[in-house]
Amino acid sequence: MSDLIPEKTATQWDAAGNLEVLTFNLGEETFALEATLVREILDLLPETRVPGAAPLLGSVVNFRGKIIPIADLRLAFAMPAAEATVDSRIVVIETEAEGETVQIGIRTDKVHEVATLQRAASEEPPAVGMRWRRDFVRELVRRQDGVVVLPDLAAIFHSLVGSADSAAAQPSTLH
Amino acid sequence: MSTQDPVAAFRVEAGELLDQIEHGLLDLGHRLDDRALIDEVFRGLHTLKGSGAMFGFDALAEFTHHCETAFDRVRKGLAPATQELVAVILSARDHMRALLEGDGTGLEATGAAILEQLQAAIDGCAGEASGSSASPVPTSPAGQAARGGWRLFFRLPADAMANGTNPLMLLDELRELGDCRIVARTDTVPPLADLVPTECHIGWDVELRGDISRDDIDDVFIFVMDDMELTIEPLGDAIAQAPPETIEEVPVVEVPATAQDVSVNRVPANAGAKTNATPGESVRVPAERLDELMDRVGELVIVQSRLSQLASGHGSAVGNELALRSISEEIERLAGELRDTMMVLRMVPVASLFSRFRRLVHDLARETGKTIELSTEGETTEVDKTMIERLADPMVHLIRNACDHGLETPEDRLATGKAAAGQVHLSAHQAGGEVLITIRDDGRGIDRARVRAKAESQGLIQPGQQVSDHDLLQMIFHPGFSTAAQVTNLSGRGVGMDVVKRTIESLRGAIDITSVPGEGSTVVLRIPLTLAIIDGLLVRVGEGRYVIPLGAVEECLELSLEEDLRSRGRSFITLRDRLVPFLRLREIFDTGTRPDPHQKIVVIATGSERVGLVVDQIIGSHQTVIKSMSPLHRDVATFAGATILGDGGVALILDVAQLVMLGQNQEERLRAAG
Repeated sequence: MSDLIPEKTATQWDAAGNLEVLTFNLGEETFALEATLVREILDLLPETRVPGAAPLLGSVVNFRGKIIPIADLRLAFAMPAAEATVDSRIVVIETEAEGETVQIGIRTDKVHEVATLQRAASEEPPAVGMRWRRDFVRELVRRQDGVVVLPDLAAIFHSLVGSADSAAAQPSTLH
Repeated sequence: MSTQDPVAAFRVEAGELLDQIEHGLLDLGHRLDDRALIDEVFRGLHTLKGSGAMFGFDALAEFTHHCETAFDRVRKGLAPATQELVAVILSARDHMRALLEGDGTGLEATGAAILEQLQAAIDGCAGEASGSSASPVPTSPAGQAARGGWRLFFRLPADAMANGTNPLMLLDELRELGDCRIVARTDTVPPLADLVPTECHIGWDVELRGDISRDDIDDVFIFVMDDMELTIEPLGDAIAQAPPETIEEVPVVEVPATAQDVSVNRVPANAGAKTNATPGESVRVPAERLDELMDRVGELVIVQSRLSQLASGHGSAVGNELALRSISEEIERLAGELRDTMMVLRMVPVASLFSRFRRLVHDLARETGKTIELSTEGETTEVDKTMIERLADPMVHLIRNACDHGLETPEDRLATGKAAAGQVHLSAHQAGGEVLITIRDDGRGIDRARVRAKAESQGLIQPGQQVSDHDLLQMIFHPGFSTAAQVTNLSGRGVGMDVVKRTIESLRGAIDITSVPGEGSTVVLRIPLTLAIIDGLLVRVGEGRYVIPLGAVEECLELSLEEDLRSRGRSFITLRDRLVPFLRLREIFDTGTRPDPHQKIVVIATGSERVGLVVDQIIGSHQTVIKSMSPLHRDVATFAGATILGDGGVALILDVAQLVMLGQNQEERLRAAG
């Protein structure tokens, strides 16, 4: 099921070419996720490390009695790890991954606001000159105060599950 | 539940109907002339047809209609019920299920083939019987179509409406059959003073024109036929006759609108069916259990309001503290009771599991040409519903094995002095916190010599090595192990037993096998009552806390510092003259912390295999509510789930079977190395 790299996730611009997003910071970069995906914004919770899990989803928290993974997108975008600050928040989103609805907490350095992005100002990620994996970025949107990155969560999480499949096939090689 | 998609509800209900039909048919296979069973199957088919059409499953409705028509002849005694017929209708039932679950495409050919078989089965046994009798009831229902149409008169019993029959619906159904002229007969309507408004006194004369089969008309009245007054005659020359004078003509209005509504509704229903192909799981819960739950919730609400009163409250500190303590006790009690009630709600009798195997055994008997009798016992034993679902596949394997390898052919059985029919017995009973499910056959038993030869050829044991009978039988759970000399369609491909064992262990259960040559084999599955709550042992490794299922824990030992140093590089401890491999969880989990000076070893076991787990600290026993891990963490094999601790933190639950496997692998590597 996961051998094929999925189609690049299309951005759901509305008829007027607008998109409601929640913007947040990871390091110096501003990212945005569709506001419709966002369920809740939480203060940091005590996290439990899951040994053997991919570092990007390396821990879980108790979110209202459910165990949800915490994603550290810094790792997907090759940013150095950073200490939590007073502004750090967890953004809980609900999305489709591997054919199921999953809730994921995304660790952010600062949550800004719900904003409207314009399709006219958006661009495909450039083929060269980017530090990041191109398939992890859906679109780059210019704003007055800089560029907002729309990450492709499906591609990011798929890359994890895909690589994990091969490991799971040979459990005897674990560690 | 009230917002449930009606199509999804239909699928669930139709699934149950199909199960009912299957059971009826299987019973019928044993008692071919049982009228009650024949009627039961017929009713099932009829209801399925009706509601299938209502929810837009047209292919299903049409196919079922044909089966029903054929089966109707059996019901009317025109064709005898035979084993062939039962077999064909069983395959038809499977086709109905396919129609129900699929989107109805690509199945037409299968359906047509089944209908052909069905016709052959009916014709084969009906012989010339049909067509010879000329009673008022036509004998060949499918064929009887009066060219011109029909004249019918019907009158419902006075209490029909009280019983839920709506005469307007019947009239609508008649209208759908063809061009229709309906006249009400009001001659028996009493004077207004005597009229009871809930009674139905009107009769109807209906003239139905067109190429309509008698059967379709009968179908309209099928549920009310027993009590009503109904005459049906072909129109023919009767058209010329003037209606009796007593009839007052009452113009009939309405109707087309409702008919349209129905057809409009169908389209979205069908579209929805495709997107929503997997019906949601559902459980039937006895109402009194729900009431119990409601009582608890009611109490909880009261306690909660007491608590908020206290929180906003005045009163002295001492008084508050006392009140708080009493509320806390109350909540503790309620939580316990709620948990118990909830657990009970999740329990379903194993009957629902066992009943699936009747069909399996029936089919196996046909495929193998053996006579197999399935008996069951203890079906009322209750097990958690997730458990039931996950037990189904391993049990299919075991029953197949019993029927295919275990039982001999009737000739062989007679030669060894056994009854020709092989016995397969399923039983379930509860013992403490476990349910024991036994699958027993009276076949030839497991051939030790062959198991041994196979084990030797696969290098599992040395030639001539002394192995206890028990250990020898355990060999069949090794991957790729099969003693069947010939691979059949059913079993013998060497996948199976190891999968069965792994599945049972993933349910935190155990599997045990005993076998007496010539007398048969018995497989016992021991499974915990519930998957949702377990007793666990809470331990600390590095900074993380983990739960080890208490059922798997054999003992806890101290790993002294010197033993730790001495064991470096070989990781074995001697436990009562046996070498037990151990795993340092700190290293496996890569905690990056220094070991505690007083590390402990928790020895866990599955079956006869034992592994020690080195932990930093044993915190204590813990009632563990199991939460599943996120689908994104499914690849992390060492954990079976997670739980929430008293402080709101999360502890991961170790997967014992996986860890034991890890330990065994390590042991093998070390052995290989030296």
